[in-house]
Amino acid sequence: MDYEAVIGLEVHVELNTNSKMFCGCSTTFHAPPNTCVCPVCLGMPGVLPAINRKAVEYGIAVGLVLNCTISKWSKMDRKNYFYPDLAKNYQISQYDLPLAYGGWLDVEVDGRTKRIGITRAHLEEDTARNTHTLGGGDSGVDFNRSGVPLLEIVTEPDIRSAQEAYAYLTLLKQILSYLGVSDCNMEEGSLRAEANVSVRRVGDPKLGVKTEIKNVASFSGTYKAIEYEIARQISVLSRGESVVQETRGWDPDRGITVSQRSKESAHDYRYFPEPDLVPIAVNDEWVEKIRASLPELPRARKQRFVTQYSLSEYDAGVLTTTRAMAEYFEETVRAGAPPKPAANWIMGDLQALLTESKQEISSCRIAPSDLAEMIILIEKGTISGKIAKDLLPEMFATGSPPDKLIKEKNLVQLSDISELESIAREVIAANPGPAADYRAGKTKALGFLVGQLMKATQGRANPKLANELLIKELNKIS
Amino acid sequence: MAKEWFRLTAHEIRDAVLGGAVSAEEVTRSFLSRIEQVDSKVCAYVDVWRDAAISRAREIDARIRKEGFRGALAGVPISIKDVLCTKQGYTTCCSKILRGYRSPFDATVVERLWEAGAIFLGKTNMDEFAMGSSTENSAVQLTRNPWNLDYVPGGSSGGSAASVAADEAACSLGSDTGGSIRQPAACCGCVGLKPTYGRVSRYGLVAFASSLDQIGPFTKDVEDCALMLGTIAGRDPRDSTSVDLPVPDYCQALNKDIKGLRVGMPREYFTEALGGEVREKIEEAIRSLEKLGAEVVEVRLPHTEYAIAVYYIICTAEASANLARFDGVRYGYRSPRATDMRQMYHLSRSEGFGPEVRRRIILGTYVLSSGYYDAYYLKAQKVRSLIRQDFVKAFEMCDVIVTPTSPTPAFRIGEKTDDPLQMYLSDIYTISVNLAAIPGLSMPCGFTKGGLPVGLQLLGKHFDEMTLLRVADAYEKNRGFDIGHPPIN
Amino acid sequence: MPKLTVKDVEYVAELAHLTLDGATKERLAQELGSILEYMDKLNELDTSQVEPMMHALEMTNIFRCDEVQPSLSRDVALQNAPKTDGEYFLVPKILDTE
Ligand SMILES: [Zn+2]
Repeated sequence: MDYEAVIGLEVHVELNTNSKMFCGCSTTFHAPPNTCVCPVCLGMPGVLPAINRKAVEYGIAVGLVLNCTISKWSKMDRKNYFYPDLAKNYQISQYDLPLAYGGWLDVEVDGRTKRIGITRAHLEEDTARNTHTLGGGDSGVDFNRSGVPLLEIVTEPDIRSAQEAYAYLTLLKQILSYLGVSDCNMEEGSLRAEANVSVRRVGDPKLGVKTEIKNVASFSGTYKAIEYEIARQISVLSRGESVVQETRGWDPDRGITVSQRSKESAHDYRYFPEPDLVPIAVNDEWVEKIRASLPELPRARKQRFVTQYSLSEYDAGVLTTTRAMAEYFEETVRAGAPPKPAANWIMGDLQALLTESKQEISSCRIAPSDLAEMIILIEKGTISGKIAKDLLPEMFATGSPPDKLIKEKNLVQLSDISELESIAREVIAANPGPAADYRAGKTKALGFLVGQLMKATQGRANPKLANELLIKELNKIS
Repeated sequence: MAKEWFRLTAHEIRDAVLGGAVSAEEVTRSFLSRIEQVDSKVCAYVDVWRDAAISRAREIDARIRKEGFRGALAGVPISIKDVLCTKQGYTTCCSKILRGYRSPFDATVVERLWEAGAIFLGKTNMDEFAMGSSTENSAVQLTRNPWNLDYVPGGSSGGSAASVAADEAACSLGSDTGGSIRQPAACCGCVGLKPTYGRVSRYGLVAFASSLDQIGPFTKDVEDCALMLGTIAGRDPRDSTSVDLPVPDYCQALNKDIKGLRVGMPREYFTEALGGEVREKIEEAIRSLEKLGAEVVEVRLPHTEYAIAVYYIICTAEASANLARFDGVRYGYRSPRATDMRQMYHLSRSEGFGPEVRRRIILGTYVLSSGYYDAYYLKAQKVRSLIRQDFVKAFEMCDVIVTPTSPTPAFRIGEKTDDPLQMYLSDIYTISVNLAAIPGLSMPCGFTKGGLPVGLQLLGKHFDEMTLLRVADAYEKNRGFDIGHPPIN
Repeated sequence: MPKLTVKDVEYVAELAHLTLDGATKERLAQELGSILEYMDKLNELDTSQVEPMMHALEMTNIFRCDEVQPSLSRDVALQNAPKTDGEYFLVPKILDTE
């Protein structure tokens, strides 16, 4: 019997506004507990919320890039439930009139394009964080995240595999980072995904009973959890049993999903319009203003890189992974570096240095103009590629421009023929054995002699010239 | 014998203080000794800020002397309903669940009065979380009507009304969700105003029903009412429902004639059901207005009979969410018996809230719960639209509407019916005003034979407090009796 | 058939996180039942063509700028807490099953 999975994803994105959704507290991470809090985000008696305009604009921007319709009229609602992380014991969210709805996102899976419907994107406020590690019989609550703006993005149940889910999440994260609306940091919880998973017989139009998978800390975790859950549900159904509708948590250590049966099974959220806030009316003018300010998105940028810079699809893809990297590349090219070598240096040596030092390209000490200058110096033959490979880490560590380091360390390439000729003669004289071998037809010996010459010049010799001159000297019959 | 400064109105005190006739400190001491003298009988205050008030008065005196300070309420002693957040003292809403709670901020209205030079005397008693119309639902104490100590002062702002009526404060601030300013003002014989929804910032008002709540003043006369409204009104960025309209000089409404002004009498309010002394007094007042040149016209408010049902659905629904935050996590009462999280919630809330509050939370939760939202909450919001439209249409025919504030004068303490529905029905004349979001003012229009004040209610168009005050002032100056001072014995 | 049963009251009390004793539940079922019955009066009105009045005033788009304002000091934030360790608000251990 063949089964297929039906998956829908709910992604919560913390928007990286300066201040919270409804108050002026900072949204910064890593502040000591309960130091970014005020009467509003603590839900103290007598307070009222006031909507952060930027959060609304970020929401509209995301709606636009997800091809959604932006609601001309939307409002905030109260979602009522009790939990210690919820300051007012209701969350200000959007119920029947979300900010954006009815969009889609195309993802690539195995070279095929799959369109995933976006049901809606709505604004709400984040909750506090609970700690259970304080010791004693208590849990601690830290309200620093309470009231941070959240955008909840819900897909249609269009996803059919863990792979598609993974592709969607990766692309969504990439797009959100490009927009600059979120830090998209899963470890900090600024991006969180929940999956609704069900399975049904292939061809069955009716949906199966779904489970909701929560508390997954990474996209690869989501991938594994969905794969596990599909297999689990298929085996339940194959045994003739039925799937229980419930919330399940992902246990990464055991690699399984676990039932989180809730005592308060009746979720009766008693939504009603938030009387403390007035509706949000978005006119065309506002939408167009936001649309005009949208950055070029990864897919478009990749295609432009292929045509404008004659890069391979692969290179263009790597360089457009993040907006910061794409911008770094383009600035390097704008500063005069030819595109292909610029791409190679960024994807190769520079990326390796970044990875090794766990840095982001946005905080790289090498200015794109300095990288461009280094590449130009190679192209002009002022320094050798080999020297450049040593030069780059120096630039990376110090942030100094290449010409300064080249002068300081006397790295300019030796291309003076008479000087190189005399060094070649000295190398041959000092290595009679290999010289004789070469003359006897063992051409491999040349490599050794070139190496010796490079050593004698501390690598500064123009390698092509050194090669030529050595051959010329060796062929001069003594 | 020292002059009885506590007998004066706010504008008289302000003029005396700014004119150098008396110091703010002397005025304040006069009020404090009045409180000492009568509050053990009236029980209007739940907290008196004696030392803070005196040092504040000295500060005002110094600023007048040194900086030439000319605040609109310079040296005026004011009491504050315990539903408004104040950094000074406690903010408890007269509930066990907030006993000992200290607010880290002042309500916007409190800030504005402070800037105008007011002196705060303390916090006044109220029905717990403003739910009630007699102040008997306070978890702290009973407040008595200064005109007859065996009677309630009305509610929920009973302490505020009693403090002004008993000359224990020149003015007071209260809140009005369904009549909680106007009804106690009527019971105690003072002027009480519920401004248009959005006219005054609600920031710092502990919410009962967010779409109905509004803060307003209790005063001894209409001029003080204009003075207080002008001080507290205006847009506040912290309240998104406060309106960005210019605040007129409400004192311009005073000493004007009302010739040709159309006064509407809603047919639905003057039915058989309204009888006795209240009807007599209201009709007398309407005749006074006619004598002043006003034209009395009949208007229709056809959806009046639905107002109470609509009101109790909306206010309880909103209250059920507004009061969810009292859970014993961040502030307020936590039951010492609670050992797990469920108990923390259930025991703290059940022990912390009084019976009327619990009843309204249950009702409000029910009307929002799954399967009932459309039948109750949505339906009520639709009928609310109709009620508002009634008023908009009525105001095409008239400039102000006159009604009784309450069908009866104050009742005896403990006499209130055990039937909550009967209690709710007595709010008939005040709640439509909150539903329609229009302004309403109550002022004394006489006394019953038993010596209890009767309240006349004037209703205006949205944001037309000017006309309301103009009519109220003209009536006050020509009503032919002096409200006087209660004997308190 | 009563408008509101004791079971209804129990369900709603659970949602509202209130514990009521048996007598109170019965009294409330009765009281609220008659209030709800009174509220059924609204069904006399045909409101199919009426827009609900969701907000007291007709305003839209009241926003604040994305500017950071000073927060409370932690001491003040925690000053009313029934239980705290000076850093966190403390509550009885939260279990996942709750
Ligand atoms: Zn805050």
